[in-house]
Amino acid sequence: MQVDLFIPCFIDQLYPTTAFNTMKVLEKAGCKVNYNPEQTCCGQPAYNAGFWDEAKLVGNKFLDDFVDAKYIVSPSASCTGMVKNAYNDLFTNSMVHNQCRSIQSSIHELSDFLVNIIKKDYFGAELEGRAVYHDSCSALRECRIKEEPRQLLANVDGLELVAMRDQDTCCGFGGTFAVKFQGISSAMAEQKVNNALAMDANYIISTDASCLLHLQAYIDKQNLPIKAMHLADVLANGWGNV
Amino acid sequence: MSTKTALDFVSASEHKAFDLQHRKVINFNIDRYDNAVSNGLKQWNNLENAKRKAHSIKWRVMENLDKLLPEFEANFQKNGGKVIWANDTVEAQREILTILRRVQAKKIVKSKSMVTEEIELNAFLENNQIQSVETDLGEYIVQLLGQKPYHIVTPAMHLSLADIAKLFHEKFDTPENATAEQLTLKARELLREEYLLADVGITGANFLIADTGSIAITENEGNARLSTSFPKVHIAIVGIEKLIPSINDLDLYWPLLANHGTGQRLTVYNTILSGPKREGESDGPEEMYVILLDNGRTDLLAQKEQRQGLYCIRCGACLNACPIYKNVGGHSYGTTYSGPIGSIITPHMKGLQEFKHLSYASSLCGKCTEVCPVKIDIQKMLLLNRRDSVKEGFSPQVEQWGWKTFAKVAIKRNWIDFFNGKWKNFFLKKFFTKAWGSKRTLPPIAQTSFSKQWKEQEKKDKTY
Ligand code: SF4
Repeated sequence: MQVDLFIPCFIDQLYPTTAFNTMKVLEKAGCKVNYNPEQTCCGQPAYNAGFWDEAKLVGNKFLDDFVDAKYIVSPSASCTGMVKNAYNDLFTNSMVHNQCRSIQSSIHELSDFLVNIIKKDYFGAELEGRAVYHDSCSALRECRIKEEPRQLLANVDGLELVAMRDQDTCCGFGGTFAVKFQGISSAMAEQKVNNALAMDANYIISTDASCLLHLQAYIDKQNLPIKAMHLADVLANGWGNV
Repeated sequence: MSTKTALDFVSASEHKAFDLQHRKVINFNIDRYDNAVSNGLKQWNNLENAKRKAHSIKWRVMENLDKLLPEFEANFQKNGGKVIWANDTVEAQREILTILRRVQAKKIVKSKSMVTEEIELNAFLENNQIQSVETDLGEYIVQLLGQKPYHIVTPAMHLSLADIAKLFHEKFDTPENATAEQLTLKARELLREEYLLADVGITGANFLIADTGSIAITENEGNARLSTSFPKVHIAIVGIEKLIPSINDLDLYWPLLANHGTGQRLTVYNTILSGPKREGESDGPEEMYVILLDNGRTDLLAQKEQRQGLYCIRCGACLNACPIYKNVGGHSYGTTYSGPIGSIITPHMKGLQEFKHLSYASSLCGKCTEVCPVKIDIQKMLLLNRRDSVKEGFSPQVEQWGWKTFAKVAIKRNWIDFFNGKWKNFFLKKFFTKAWGSKRTLPPIAQTSFSKQWKEQEKKDKTY
């Protein structure tokens, strides 16, 4: 199966390894992965800030970059949700209406794609330790993804998955919210990390690098014995002996 | 982000967010609420359907307010009541005072009503030498403390039992570690007297019923019933959006409101009042007034995309679900209606420029939208308010410039990779260190972007 990879701007800039790992997992799942290196961003940051004209400019480029894709896979529920839902606000009844609709139906978040389209949940990954899964708001409430990542993590050897308090509560990132209201935002990160620590977890795993960026920023500053990890990085971990 | 209201919000909210005692009390109270609600919701065969229906009835109401409000008025007057239309706070206050002066009222009893908070009735009456007694226990407690309600449904949610016991001990000499029952009994004893002495009862209403010309009041303590039956005059002050077409719609809205408000299957007292005492009836007020309050609601109605904010039945579910609300608390908002619902309606009722920050004070997690019993797409309303604020030119210059630049850069791959990671980290530190705060480190940007690394690898693969 041929898939087109969409690597959101902040993963491209901050976490290239996560992007490579996504690619590796998809290849292991039997996909032929195509990546258009001219891609940039879906426009979400501007859309959320209220700058819809600017979001539209960027979104238009996104639609062009993926014009012929049958399956678009992205290691981010947040950007997938943006394309699936918010693009209605930007492109309904515009010149690119149909192109937008077709791309909206071809884009999938990674775990959703692996479990529901490819129907595979084991990739030979290993990770030693105890983990909590953090439901990202966009995975849970925009893309309706809840069991898929858990199913994938249950098949990671050596990993014990436990549930923490308020696992589906927001981590407090929220894009510009994290800088406009840094106090509230940091307080939310603090509680999320505390809840994970209360379970003696070594890892906080999620589908969204934006949540993980935020949590890791808090963890690093406070020097805490826990690590935020992207699902793709977990799934590509410990392949040596397979 | 420059108005004083916005700055006050930022400092109050930052302070509250790290107030651990506040966090503890709110988590405790909302945990209890969450348990009750998840139990209560089991009574529905098809909750989703019920919510959809509740949404569509309210949609019909808002699209037909011009016909349904006069229908209510005509029917209520037929029942012997009087309807007064008030455009704003000043008019509402004036009308109430006129009635109170005419009956020479010295004391009124009041049941819980957010609309009376909205028009600052207590302070107004006090200035006119009329004593106003809150009869709802939660309201009574915050009134004793000289505070405003913390929450639209549970005004004293920020207080623990111990806090309240301490307050009662100081004011009324109850035992220092009194139980909830003891405190309720004490309050009841203090308040019973007031019903008999009060000249007028003032309430809000949860619903205005067009086809029967009635109001419906939902409560758990029975104090609204007493406030509307002992005094000779009853004034209900109600926002125009509280309308429902028919008395038959209550079988949908009552359980929805109870479930989402407190987790109960049905609230303890649900009262329908259709006008004053009639001939041959033994109780009820001799005069009954309904004041229909606009106070900015028609401004919201004029917003085609955002008017669904008016569908709200004030159940409070979105407040309890909201992680921001839980962290900053009801008082930080500085508005009558706090939490997500307040953030979407206040900018339209009281001015976008002054209150736009509330639409930005959200991580857009979407939990509010998920829990709302009338399916208001709250998250979307926040986004629309942000869009409008940008359109009106209310966003700061540097932001406008910043997003223009963002769009320019994001549509050209070459520009994104023009600087390497070292430079980008330098810029990030320079512009964001302060805004990122003291509790987090800035995330490091990779030396080379994925796209560039991928391109280089491709090139290598090809040369081999
Ligand atoms: S917006 Fe919805 S959830 Fe919030 S108070 Fe109103 S009815 Fe309840």
